[in-house]
Amino acid sequence: MDDRLESDALTRPVEGAAEATASEGATSPAVGRDEWVARHGERVVRRSGRIGAAEQRLRAVPWWAWLVLFTALVSLLPVVFESGYVRRVSFDIVLYMLLALGLNVVVGWGGLLDLGYVAFYGVGAYGYAALASDQFDVHLPSYLAIPIVVVIGAIAGLLVGLPSWRLVGDYLAIVTLFFFQAFIVFVSNSDDVSGHDLFGGASGISTVDPLNAFGRELPVAHLGIFSVAYLYVALAVFVVVYVALHLVNDSRTGRAWRSSREDPLAANLMGMPVNWLKLMAFMFGAATAALTGSLFASLNGGVYPTTFAFPLLITIYTMVILGGAGRQAGVVLGAIVVGVLLETLRDANDAQYVFYALVLLGLVGTLRLSRRLAAVLVGVAVLGYAIHLVAGAIDSAWVDGTSPGGGWLGDALTHWTVVPTEPAGWIKPVSYVGLVASVLLLTLVRDRLRIVLLVPVLVLASFVWENVMLPDPSSTRYVVLGAILIATMIARPAGLLGERRVEIV
Amino acid sequence: MTGTPLLELEKVSMSFGGLACVSKLDLHVDEGEIVSVIGPNGAGKTTLFNLVTGIYEPTEGDIRFAGESISGLEPHKITRKGIARTFQTLRLFLNMTVRENVMAAAYGHTRAGVLRAMLRTPGQRREEREIRALAEERLAFFGERLMGYRWDQPAYSLSYANRRRLEIARATATNPRLLLLDEPAAGMNPRETQEITELIGQLRGEGGYTILVIEHDMHVVEGISDRVVALDHGVKIAEGTFGAVATDPRVVEAYLGTGGMARK
Repeated sequence: MDDRLESDALTRPVEGAAEATASEGATSPAVGRDEWVARHGERVVRRSGRIGAAEQRLRAVPWWAWLVLFTALVSLLPVVFESGYVRRVSFDIVLYMLLALGLNVVVGWGGLLDLGYVAFYGVGAYGYAALASDQFDVHLPSYLAIPIVVVIGAIAGLLVGLPSWRLVGDYLAIVTLFFFQAFIVFVSNSDDVSGHDLFGGASGISTVDPLNAFGRELPVAHLGIFSVAYLYVALAVFVVVYVALHLVNDSRTGRAWRSSREDPLAANLMGMPVNWLKLMAFMFGAATAALTGSLFASLNGGVYPTTFAFPLLITIYTMVILGGAGRQAGVVLGAIVVGVLLETLRDANDAQYVFYALVLLGLVGTLRLSRRLAAVLVGVAVLGYAIHLVAGAIDSAWVDGTSPGGGWLGDALTHWTVVPTEPAGWIKPVSYVGLVASVLLLTLVRDRLRIVLLVPVLVLASFVWENVMLPDPSSTRYVVLGAILIATMIARPAGLLGERRVEIV
Repeated sequence: MTGTPLLELEKVSMSFGGLACVSKLDLHVDEGEIVSVIGPNGAGKTTLFNLVTGIYEPTEGDIRFAGESISGLEPHKITRKGIARTFQTLRLFLNMTVRENVMAAAYGHTRAGVLRAMLRTPGQRREEREIRALAEERLAFFGERLMGYRWDQPAYSLSYANRRRLEIARATATNPRLLLLDEPAAGMNPRETQEITELIGQLRGEGGYTILVIEHDMHVVEGISDRVVALDHGVKIAEGTFGAVATDPRVVEAYLGTGGMARK
């Protein structure tokens, strides 16, 4: 009896351990089995601890809840900020969001590189102008004009899509780019189409009606500041478009779009009419852009050919790519980030904070909170101050200039960066090219050498920023945007909110 | 069930410029049959599939499916008539989930358009539920492997063997009568090859599909085929039971050459 008990006591834990390993084997399959391969992705994605739990919980929030929250926040903006400026910028950004949503259908879901997208925006704006202005003395109410414009946009999309029926990739991009250029040339010369003034040519149409219904107009400005009603109209349109596109994406049409993006031949052989689907994606994108164009025209009271130019095309593409093509929430975030950035970079004072914040963010992002980061920061501060002292000792005119940024940061920088009162003509181009070259050099070196070189490069960057870029904000903002895009694409190739994508496995 | 021809090829030729890939090929697959196509590399087997599924239009001859000519039709229309295929080099929609891959293939036999999708009409919602149920049923055919949490994983996370299974599931979601399987056992280990052999039998038995299969693995061919067709240089060189075709001198010659070294 004793003997048995003893043997039981001895064997029990061993048995228990054997069971434990067996059950563990059942839940975590062996390396190399396809179960293991499939779960590997999950293990990588899932973060542990509190951040991981929060991430899981945030992922569980349904899309419409985010949309409601977002809409509520934006509609509170004019309540919080009384200024017409904030309202106007919010309105512009809502238009950007709409444009990004439309482009997302074509590029993100359809996988088609449509470089003529802005032309459809123009078609919408000019379409609205033709239907509601003194140009042809037609004054349709908005509830007629806007739907007609949307249909015109869709038809324009169809017409551009038809010749590119069988085109893919680069060829489609070239054809649509050609269409865009043709559109610009046409409207710029539209004041003399065989003797008739169609769309006012270079001077555009400047008598476009505001939004109106049943004989009553929605004034653009109320008591001298931008009417908040336009922001709410745009926001309402945004919500409707967002929901409509979301529902289409989550249907057989959306699945077919994405299938033909992934593999057109396989999609075709699985019963999907790929060419028709391509056309449909084009039409959806074009109709959304045209809708946005009509809102734009009604608010501005005029349409001019210069609005629909390449910088806008690049801006919208940046929004979609930065935010994550294929995800609606992503492209909306992209539109906000790019829209806010472009607006802040207009003003030298704000731009300065943005620049130094981004540089710091980039440093923290790459070096983490480490000793190396501290070393770089201290190094930059010391080197910059030393150069400032030396330059000041040689000739005080070299450091007597003031930073165009102003504010406390500008004041601080005046004692640190070299800002000459009147820099020699060669300094600007040489320092700018030098900065670009040294950044490229940084990408070629590794480890400690990179950290060491980073210090003078950052000092040089500050010099270039203060002396070359800040005095010329209109082109600087696109340079900064480009730099952000490159950095984001290196860090997160799928965009801020984009899903990880695999091309070939 | 067997007897009536479901697919018929009549003197079908396909040439690219002066290069004839298939010439004057006569072939038929009867309802409920499993027919294997064998032949060395470059014999025209995949070209045959591409002709039947409409990727190529035959330069000569006629292809009939269920008594109706299908040559010259667009691929998606042929699929809707009831022919679905898998690919030798896998062509899944990698960045879509496993379930979506299968759901997408239901496009041809579903109706709800974009307007109904935007309004989420009751009919559209019902159809959407049916598509989902269909996809889950097709995936359930493969047992545990493509079930549960797998449904919501992107297709790229699947192993090679599971990708082959998913391709078959996707093809069956088009509701075909004829399944064309292009080397279903390629790249699989012996155990998986054994499984795929049984699976092809089940596809006919439980799914009721007629199957035309290209396969290099002779164990698989032997295990599944009612009839074997051997191609070489785009010409049919032998046809019949596995035993007859495998020992046919022309087939042996096509695979091993005429050096006189080929001995049993």
